[in-house]
Amino acid sequence: MIRNLLQRSSRLAVVRRWCASLACAALAFSVVQANAADLATIEQRGVLRVAVPQDYPPFGSIGADLEPQGYDIDTARYLAEQIGVELELVPVTSANRIPYLTSDRADLVISSLGKTPEREQAIDFSSAYAPFFYGVFSATEEPEMSGPEALAGKTIGATRGALEEIKLTEVAPSSTTLRRYEDNATTLSAFTSGQVDYVATGSPVAAALATRGGARTPHLVLTLQDSPCYIGISKGNQALKEKVDSLIAAGLADGTFDAMSERWFGMPLPESMRSL
Amino acid sequence: MLDFLSLLPYWQVFVEGIVTTLWVTVVATLLGLAIAVPFAWLRLEGPRLLSALIGIYVELIRNTPFIVQLFFIYFGLPALDLRLSATSCALIAMTLNLTAYATEIIRAGIQAVPKGQREAARVLGMSPLQSYRHVVLVPALSRIYPALTSQCIIVMLGSAVISQISVEELTYAANFIQSRNFRSFETYIVATLCYLGIAIAMRQSFEYIGRRLFGFLQGEQR
Repeated sequence: MIRNLLQRSSRLAVVRRWCASLACAALAFSVVQANAADLATIEQRGVLRVAVPQDYPPFGSIGADLEPQGYDIDTARYLAEQIGVELELVPVTSANRIPYLTSDRADLVISSLGKTPEREQAIDFSSAYAPFFYGVFSATEEPEMSGPEALAGKTIGATRGALEEIKLTEVAPSSTTLRRYEDNATTLSAFTSGQVDYVATGSPVAAALATRGGARTPHLVLTLQDSPCYIGISKGNQALKEKVDSLIAAGLADGTFDAMSERWFGMPLPESMRSL
Repeated sequence: MLDFLSLLPYWQVFVEGIVTTLWVTVVATLLGLAIAVPFAWLRLEGPRLLSALIGIYVELIRNTPFIVQLFFIYFGLPALDLRLSATSCALIAMTLNLTAYATEIIRAGIQAVPKGQREAARVLGMSPLQSYRHVVLVPALSRIYPALTSQCIIVMLGSAVISQISVEELTYAANFIQSRNFRSFETYIVATLCYLGIAIAMRQSFEYIGRRLFGFLQGEQR
């Protein structure tokens, strides 16, 4: 009886301790979210922290020399150089790239980020810096679909949290099975290993997969949306946003981004981006 | 600052995730324990070849990461034209994993029963099966029951990993919600509390079952 009582009171103490540590964690979190670095802080610090993908060629991947490479990394280098600070690359996945920004672990997200109203509530966006369209690709050659209704009954792999997955969740008929994976590499493995016969992904990824060869190469069956990429900036960071916007405009005008597009996508920028 | 209301539209996703976590855990636990008991016996007293094979299996599973086992079954086996659904792959991986650990735990329990105890039972006229069941297995299981409980809870917590192959369990639900509302702190706090609740509930049920099964031994070894 007494032993039982003692046990119960020690259990209560444990619960109380948990509550206390939870409260501490909540406090720490709120402090972190409050101060994102503005342009002056970055210049003073002398380091620009940029969240970049490392599993999403040709935007960002690890090269043969084990160094990150790609369109996003070149963009980050260009911006850091123009601002006149050192560059620190922060590798992220497509699921955690926005949390990295909102928790102030990065100043900019240059990670083939598309724009959605939900994301615009959480962060600010620069002007477009990279071309992109995304769609559904099949493992076997088949005629292009007339619309999302044609996806009925199909199983499609996609990366959770990525724009194409959010879009597909909206437009796909209810009989479509969406298999969501943690990151792009896993999604592509599911496609190449035959766990899914369709994959929803971006145009450059499909192009990279096709050039790599193998038995299962992607064929476009449905274009979901043409959506250029934007740089993510923490909410209300106006000075940094203006600086990034002006540098993108300058880079588009002097051909910097055109050269990068040639290098990584094998084609010049589309007309729609030049006029921006 | 903290906005738990932003999770409200997703409560169904959470509930579905919890249900999936629970049922894969229950199936894997029942299957795993059911296989582990004969495996432990065969490992100790079976034919030498069979005992060695089980030993290899146990060591193979216990000395490799769970996520690698899972990826091997999900992404690797299709190369041999063996293509199973994500949920089947997860169940197989979890069962294989629990069986290996439970086999080892139960083996330890059986070995802890003094040999004389069994000999005494035989001398008293119990059949080999009777003496094995009542004098070896039940005391052995009651001794290692707490360790077995922990192992089953570890398997439940480990089921978070199966979200990686798109099984829509609790962690998958949390990741999904977090990818929509970007409230990572609130989402993962709720997921954490769900796991905590499930783990405590599992421990309590195991204790209850343990009292029903081994209650008569109380005061002796437990």
